[in-house]
Amino acid sequence: MARLAAMVRYFLTRLATAIPTLFIIVTITFFVMRAAPGGPFDEEQTLPPEIIANLQNAYGLDLPIWRQYLRYLTSLAHGDFGPSFKYKDFTVTELIGQGFPVTLKLGAIAIFLALLLGIPLGALAAVHQNSALDHAAMSLAVFGIAVPSFVVLPVLALLFGIYVHWLPVAGWEPGSVRHLVLPVVALALPPLAYIARLTRGSMLDVLHSQFIRTARAKGLPLRTVILRHALRPALMPVASYLVPAVAAIMTGSLVVESIAGLPGIGRYLVQGAVNRDYTLVLGMVIIYSALLIGAGLLVDLLYAWLDPRVRAQR
Amino acid sequence: MSALMQDAVARFFANRAAVAALILAVLIVALSIAGPWFNPNGYDTLDWLHAASRPGLPQAHWFGTDRLGRDMFVRTLAGTRVSLAIGLVASAVSVSIGVGYGAIAGYIGGRTDHIMMRVIEILGGLPLIFFVIFVTVFFGRNVFLLFVSIGAVAWLTMARIVRGQTLSIRRQEFVEAAVACGATPARIILRHVVPNLIGTVVVYATLSVPQIILFESFLSFLGLGIQEPSVSLGTLVADGAGELEAAPWIILVPGSFLALLLLCLNICGDGLRDALDVRQA
Repeated sequence: MARLAAMVRYFLTRLATAIPTLFIIVTITFFVMRAAPGGPFDEEQTLPPEIIANLQNAYGLDLPIWRQYLRYLTSLAHGDFGPSFKYKDFTVTELIGQGFPVTLKLGAIAIFLALLLGIPLGALAAVHQNSALDHAAMSLAVFGIAVPSFVVLPVLALLFGIYVHWLPVAGWEPGSVRHLVLPVVALALPPLAYIARLTRGSMLDVLHSQFIRTARAKGLPLRTVILRHALRPALMPVASYLVPAVAAIMTGSLVVESIAGLPGIGRYLVQGAVNRDYTLVLGMVIIYSALLIGAGLLVDLLYAWLDPRVRAQR
Repeated sequence: MSALMQDAVARFFANRAAVAALILAVLIVALSIAGPWFNPNGYDTLDWLHAASRPGLPQAHWFGTDRLGRDMFVRTLAGTRVSLAIGLVASAVSVSIGVGYGAIAGYIGGRTDHIMMRVIEILGGLPLIFFVIFVTVFFGRNVFLLFVSIGAVAWLTMARIVRGQTLSIRRQEFVEAAVACGATPARIILRHVVPNLIGTVVVYATLSVPQIILFESFLSFLGLGIQEPSVSLGTLVADGAGELEAAPWIILVPGSFLALLLLCLNICGDGLRDALDVRQA
């Protein structure tokens, strides 16, 4: 019981550090962005100075920087990401709110697919070590790790979209599954490969440990030994890989969305930075950082579930 | 030591996949350096009469041309050279930072180590790629900045691994002997700890080169890395992505070079790790 309480306390501490972390990220991004040359109203045709002054006044850009920073924090505390500087008439909340479901759907399916295929693949490769299956799985893994998604996706689109017309080359229709297949595959491949490799490695370690030998000696069938005894401890490294996996999928979705023409939020990050759309960039950074921090918390919970020393205390 | 090295070399050469990958990687490097001499075309010369022409022998456009009539063979090799250079230089930056940081944290230990590792933990939890994106967008895209920002992001893993190794080296007798002789910590780290890390460092440096090449091509693909008229494999792939249907070779040629190069370097690194028997962190 004390152990569980400690666990809960640890989890709450982590949750409590999430907000300062987010705050630091926002602060650094805010000031780095402002230190950069250029501004949101730089256009090819230079606007008359009166108009620029009016625009800056309307967006509060004429205030001292620390006032702007406080203003931004205040509106953030009210759940308002502010207006976009470039997409006139849109707030950042609206822009992100429109695109985020697409990005989230893409990323969630990709990570689910990576886990669903990567874990069994790695486990089977470990159980049948040095078999043809093992070699095939590990070749696939090296391929997935090495070959970038922005090469995989065009090649897939060429094969399945242009040479045989099975799937759309690019584009998006709400609710269409066919449009998601290729981007999801391209996005899921690198984490799938890492997960298969991690699972194989840790599974091999676990299979050589004492308690597995005991389980085998009791006469349990191999299947039971693997599913009931070996798999869970072998998944610990996979759990800690989840945060990098989420990060990899986020960065991957930046290019995958642009190649596949999906209306996600990926494009806003680079575009926003190029346009000096300060509020949009900050909004994107907050969303992505919150997702990463959330993934970190999930890993903590998974550890508690995977590690019998924690569970035994319940 | 030399017998151990001989064993390692023998183990590496017994690994057929690793040897094949090494040969292929050497061939790619040699081709990227020597290849353009055998082709009359320049990497930025426009051949308007043969814009977006298919791979073939006419005008020596062996791999075809892009939509401005620039030769894909020469461009791909030039891009490979740039990507490799970035991979090597940024790896050197990240390895230097990582080894220095990790060795100091591991050797000093105690509270210093604790704080230094916390810093790594916090940095590891941040979306650092966004910072690289911002730095390259905001402060102009010069190559030096690109090296530094990539190198500055990539050192975390290296530092963590080196610190782990240093912790076990620190407890060995020869370090104790050096302390007893009155050697300063700086001297012990440089003369006794770092040389014993070489196996690990070589393995992870080899593995970090393809990672950095991948990272750079990702940035270049987004239009943030290398800029025209220079080319890297990433910018070439990005150019080709828009011509997929009409002229697939514009993406397939640099794309397959990039894929092959990364594949070979990864397999070499894995082979090296197995041969030197470095534990995965």
